[in-house]
Amino acid sequence: MLAFCTLAAMAVALALVFFYAPLDAEQGFLQKIFYVHVPLAIVSLCGFVAGGVLAIAHLRSGDARWDARSYVAIHTSLIFGVATLITGSIWAKGSWGHWWVWDEPTLVSFLIVFLLYATYQPLRFAIEDAERQARYASVFAVTAGAFVPMNFIAVRLASAYVHPRVLGSTSNLPPSMALTFLVALLAVALLYATLCAYELAAKRARSQLRALRRAMELAPHSPDAAGDAVGARAREAGAGAAGSMASAGLTSTATISGRAG
Amino acid sequence: MAVLRKELLVELRTLESVPGMALFAVTTFVVFHFALNRSSVDADLAAGILWVTLLFASMLGINRLFVADADQGGFDAFLLAPVDRTAMLAAKALALLIYVVALELVAVPAFALLLLEPSIGHALPGLLAVLALGDLGIVAIGTMVAALTVRTRARDLLGPLLALPLLVPVVIGGARASSPLLALGPPGGLSARWLLTLGLYDLLFGLIAYALFDFLVED
Repeated sequence: MLAFCTLAAMAVALALVFFYAPLDAEQGFLQKIFYVHVPLAIVSLCGFVAGGVLAIAHLRSGDARWDARSYVAIHTSLIFGVATLITGSIWAKGSWGHWWVWDEPTLVSFLIVFLLYATYQPLRFAIEDAERQARYASVFAVTAGAFVPMNFIAVRLASAYVHPRVLGSTSNLPPSMALTFLVALLAVALLYATLCAYELAAKRARSQLRALRRAMELAPHSPDAAGDAVGARAREAGAGAAGSMASAGLTSTATISGRAG
Repeated sequence: MAVLRKELLVELRTLESVPGMALFAVTTFVVFHFALNRSSVDADLAAGILWVTLLFASMLGINRLFVADADQGGFDAFLLAPVDRTAMLAAKALALLIYVVALELVAVPAFALLLLEPSIGHALPGLLAVLALGDLGIVAIGTMVAALTVRTRARDLLGPLLALPLLVPVVIGGARASSPLLALGPPGGLSARWLLTLGLYDLLFGLIAYALFDFLVED
């Protein structure tokens, strides 16, 4: 359902971008990348902050599922962050003539935030104990989530002049461009939600698979009473895994095989 | 208080952190002299060099802050004691603050002697205020990051990787606020904007460290 909504929104957004939105007077066709780059940046930053909020929920409840959600939110945001930096560089090269400029506070803040979050996974996977891993990762996620807005304020202050935010807000865009932008934003947000849902399903399926395999290994090769109990547990776990596989569809299985190593 | 006394006693007996930090800072000034090929600096460049050096030197202390406790069971002993965990945070943060202030007592005069073109006399009161606020930021974030990374496998690597982006706003605030103080000619005034930014940042991260530290010393 979510996947179909995403597909539809992406299709509408692309159609609007290419056939409806007018060409920019100064930048021409290049300006179209704005409909990809800015939504990616907004969604990825919101995802980072959401990861922090989910981490607060994890620390308050101690429920590992919140941690998984926080992890997935930050992981997907990181991927979107890479895409933001790449599309931003292309745009900067095209319109300003440089791959990177330092006097644009938004760029610099985004890079700093990205560098900070790039340490999330190294930190997480450098801790062996699963429960402590979840706890420490949540502490990091909360700290970094609070850091995101603070960093933007600090870097904005540091730029000597206030850069005119031509493309930062929808208020001074012509209505057709604003509409296209909002649809593109919606599409990217839906894409984010879909990817998160898939990865969560994949993670769940993988943990169920692991439980299943452990049950299989523990099961003695005899069909007596002890084996029956394990068999029942295995069947239950198998049904759960199959259910979430079905809901996640093909992508989830692909993700599992891709990430199994 | 007892925990703080223990920290300082350990440091006095072993002399592990502060001398290393101070020596590192002085050496870095020498490296800057050769790397920039300049015998004196002022304004922006001076503020930048001072803050980068202080930051990296503090990182040495941050990396070592919890190592003895993690390796020799100090955490477990502390958890057995009937005291609040916040006491540990406070003691560690105060100890780190004392280390950083001790570092600056050596590094700032050394900087003035070795590299700084304008005399430091008239800039001193303003510079002290900026340094104090910057130190609080370094201490709040440093204690937090140290506790977060000490029980990971690659702690020496992860500590700076985590702390540096978090400390970028401190460097921005510190360097911008002290740059007019270190300029040649009539010294510029202290900008309230930067002091306020630094203060707010310190406050926010102090609160975050206070709120989250308990989760780092469970188990």
